[in-house]
Amino acid sequence: MSSADASILARATSIDHALGANPIDGLAHMLSLQFIQHALVAGTSIALLSGLVGYFVVLRGQVFAGDAMSHVAYTGALAALAAGVDLRVGLFAATVIVGLALGLLGGRSTADDVVIGTTFAWVLGLGVFFLALYTTHSATGNSTANVNVLFGSIFGISSSDARTAAWIAVGLIALLLLIGRPLLFASLDPAVARARGVPVRLLGPLFLAIVGATAAEASQAIGALLLFGLVAAPPAAAQRLTDRPWAGFVLSGILAVASMWIGISLAYAVPTLPASFTIMATSTAIYAGAALITVGRRRGERRRSHPDVSAPEQPQGQAATS
Amino acid sequence: MIVTERAPGRPAPPTHTPVIVVDQAEARLGGRAIWSDVSLQIGPGQFVAVLGPNGVGKSTLLKAVLGLLPVSTGQIKVLGGSPGRHNDRIGYLPQRRAFDPTTRIRGIDIVRLGLDGDRWGTPLPAILGGRRARDARERVEEVIGLVGASGYARRPIGQCSGGEQQRLLIAQALIRHPELLVLDEPLDSLDVTNQASVSSLIRDISRTRNVAVLLVAHDVNPILPYLDQVIYLAHGGAVMGPPEQVITADTLSMLYGTPIDVLRDRAGRLVVVGQPDAHAEHRR
Repeated sequence: MSSADASILARATSIDHALGANPIDGLAHMLSLQFIQHALVAGTSIALLSGLVGYFVVLRGQVFAGDAMSHVAYTGALAALAAGVDLRVGLFAATVIVGLALGLLGGRSTADDVVIGTTFAWVLGLGVFFLALYTTHSATGNSTANVNVLFGSIFGISSSDARTAAWIAVGLIALLLLIGRPLLFASLDPAVARARGVPVRLLGPLFLAIVGATAAEASQAIGALLLFGLVAAPPAAAQRLTDRPWAGFVLSGILAVASMWIGISLAYAVPTLPASFTIMATSTAIYAGAALITVGRRRGERRRSHPDVSAPEQPQGQAATS
Repeated sequence: MIVTERAPGRPAPPTHTPVIVVDQAEARLGGRAIWSDVSLQIGPGQFVAVLGPNGVGKSTLLKAVLGLLPVSTGQIKVLGGSPGRHNDRIGYLPQRRAFDPTTRIRGIDIVRLGLDGDRWGTPLPAILGGRRARDARERVEEVIGLVGASGYARRPIGQCSGGEQQRLLIAQALIRHPELLVLDEPLDSLDVTNQASVSSLIRDISRTRNVAVLLVAHDVNPILPYLDQVIYLAHGGAVMGPPEQVITADTLSMLYGTPIDVLRDRAGRLVVVGQPDAHAEHRR
């Protein structure tokens, strides 16, 4: 993409500003660049969405279902390119429809492993088919489109695309906040939630549709193959750091946004590093950090809590976490 | 909202309307009649156990009472309405395996879901919550104290023992001051000491708060001293009555189709011996 090439040039020339002068000036210069602004608008909203949705993906044990979404996102985008329509139409249509279908076909509140496995192998094959169609029949096609879909191009996002991505993320976050509490209930305790009138069988497919739309959003920023860096790593880190559900939910969003900001800054400062790599590397580092912090703490917890407690009246050692 | 319709600690106003009325009901699953011509009546504050061999439809009866499964013929009334209509006045504890050990959610948060988990939206941070949030927190602490779970309610529920998890889930079922508790095998997978203490906890709640309890049990012995009524499901039908009448060697042997003895221990309590499907360690 030509705008992406321009961004590499801009980053290369800006390296003097970034490293030479004091860091404040470097930061000010970075924020004054158009492509950085677009990347931050799209990236922040997409990261927040991914972190918040991801919290429930990890809590519900649907990481595998979410992973299947990255294959679907790729195929959807290439189908749209092959058909000559906006890439995002294919992205969203494919991921949302597959999300709903996984939820409904699975029958239970969580999608079935066999259903998911079969679906995504077939879907990826379909993607290869569309890639062949696109490269052989489309005269206007450009060779980088395939790579951009797979690995993202956040510095290549145009102003209008950034705004669209941000608005879609805001809408999806609002929807998630609307169903948040019943979704937590249905995730932890489906039988009781159902008896209490929570529409558990509706929430399952609806949530997977939201996961699908989130995958489509994240594909635009960091690519179909890497989107799980934002959807799984920050919530997994958050769930290690706190066992309060709503604190973990918010923390997951914050960690995802932090990964995005740090990743964009690193990619700006070191132009040879692609943004998708620095974002992924940051979110992985955050998860590794959280795991390191909590390993010692959990070992202590386990030593204090006895697996078989025959006399519950007897007070247990106070929980190590609060 | 739901928090306090009744001052906590005060029993429900005395009523004489039955909590559950089942009238000649039949349940079918996949075209097959599970049980039919079942009639029974449960009054406020009564402690009633549903007993019977595996696969006889004990859980199905609970689901019919909760409105999760419609009866094909006959009629069920729960708290004066059709089943499912008043589920916000019922505390439900489904049959379950334990929470996954990796579930890193505190017990207190699971209890809290019983209060408002069915409300749309996402809770505000505690500081912005205001009076209603404070009332809710107090109610959660109160009900956790009631079941004696204060020592471990802030630990991740996956790390609590089976007995601790069961107490927290009973707290969740109790949080909205239910008039009826529907418990599906709450004593299963507990050791003998915990079976005794959880049984007496349920009995105390039933007595002091006038809460009717409908409880499915695998093994009748831990709850036998507390029961007001027993429902035995077998051979597609039901027998209901006070324990002394239903729990006799003749009735049980007939219902299970295998010889069963009912003995009295030195304190005059009934003990069922030779009951099929009971765990070996409870046969005394």
